[in-house]
Amino acid sequence: MEIPKFMGYRRENGRVGVRNHVIILPLDDLSNASSEAVGNNIKGTMALPHPYGRLQFGEDLELFFRTLIGTGANPNVAAVVVIGIEPEWTNRIVEGIAKTGKPVEGFSIERYGDLKTIEMASRKAKEYVHWASEIQRTECTCDELYVSTKCGESDTTSGLASNPTVGNVFDKLNEMGATTCFGETSEIMGAEHVCKERAATPEVGEAFMKTFNAYNDIILQFKTDDLSGSQPTKGNIRGGLTTIEEKAFGNLQKIGKKGKYVGVLKPAEAPTGKGLWFMDTSSAAAEAVTLWAASGAVVHLFPTGQGNIVGNPIVPVIKLSANPLTCETMSEHIDLDVSAILRGEMTLDEAGDRLIELMVRTCNGRFTATEALGHREFVLTKLYISA
Amino acid sequence: MIQFLVHEKEDTVGVATVDIKAGETAKGLFMDSQESVEMKALKDIPLGHKIALKGAKAGDTVIKYGQDIGKVVAEYKAGDHVHIHNLKTKRW
Repeated sequence: MEIPKFMGYRRENGRVGVRNHVIILPLDDLSNASSEAVGNNIKGTMALPHPYGRLQFGEDLELFFRTLIGTGANPNVAAVVVIGIEPEWTNRIVEGIAKTGKPVEGFSIERYGDLKTIEMASRKAKEYVHWASEIQRTECTCDELYVSTKCGESDTTSGLASNPTVGNVFDKLNEMGATTCFGETSEIMGAEHVCKERAATPEVGEAFMKTFNAYNDIILQFKTDDLSGSQPTKGNIRGGLTTIEEKAFGNLQKIGKKGKYVGVLKPAEAPTGKGLWFMDTSSAAAEAVTLWAASGAVVHLFPTGQGNIVGNPIVPVIKLSANPLTCETMSEHIDLDVSAILRGEMTLDEAGDRLIELMVRTCNGRFTATEALGHREFVLTKLYISA
Repeated sequence: MIQFLVHEKEDTVGVATVDIKAGETAKGLFMDSQESVEMKALKDIPLGHKIALKGAKAGDTVIKYGQDIGKVVAEYKAGDHVHIHNLKTKRW
């Protein structure tokens, strides 16, 4: 098989990105104001405000650091300015990102105040923008990509056409030697026995079941009556999906017919090799895509039925839909219309080739609908209450 | 023109790919075998919604993707609309 080429950014650690962002990353909620001020001062940078980073502890704090460090370390990011209220945790983020070899510098607000911090951080951000804007794209191949997928506002057209189109692409990417990842632990409910069988080894299958059961325990702990008020969602039901089992089998179409996942990742954990991986994620779109971006994914394939419009600040999210109503009424959000599959005018294999072609153009720099419309949802996953 | 698709041969429901009107004899296709199938719709079946290929009684299992997707909670006939009024998860 011929592996498609594209022009990407090969970073200091050898990893390949498809975007060249300079980001201003706040450590905590208190640093959002100065980060946004720097983002506003220096054109070509982007601040990523978020509501957390104070008094978190234990596993939740570990996930928080993994997510922020991973976001800065993502190959779609050229350089990072970190701003935090105090120096210690700020430096922990800076040191984590610095392991990639990319330029990163931290600023802390205590003893300086917002205004001095904004000035110092803006000067550094300006330096980074001048530097990053001279980086040239170089020839890369699709086996160097790390691609994630999740679906949203699914309906039965997702299970019939748009999810299996992604499955077809995942089969092809895995054959090329790329890295791919799926997740949505909660939405595998009802098909977990089939998902377990798709593990590369019995040990990996057991690791999946352990993750799945841990999620199930949380539901049993917090459920009031059952989850049928939120799973399937109202949008799912309007689209014709009735049960969580039906939704789960449709969901699993995204991993294709051939791929066997080689490992189970914690939220925001980077894969350690090529092939298909499972990551423990929520099924809430912005949370999940943020976790994949933090694990190093550089492109995300997002099939939708009723029209989920989620994007991500650093990762292009490619939307496809097979629902003709969605493609017509929400056309500005849909990058690829595969409704021809439902009319019997396009095969899944043809749809997969179309999606790969669009993915390569996106990797070359073409904006996705989410990028053109400014969808930059950056949503951290929080595991429990802060101290 | 195809009006509904069926994932696998053993499935007991198909999925409307256009809005199907009550009384119409709808044309369908099995996606695995590419065999044709026809079903007279007893109710309107909106795009994306399920049409029963066989009648079922309360307690029966509905099969889609060749898999168990839940239990029947209200009897229905072949050609009926299958959704939250007659099908429920077995999980909760």
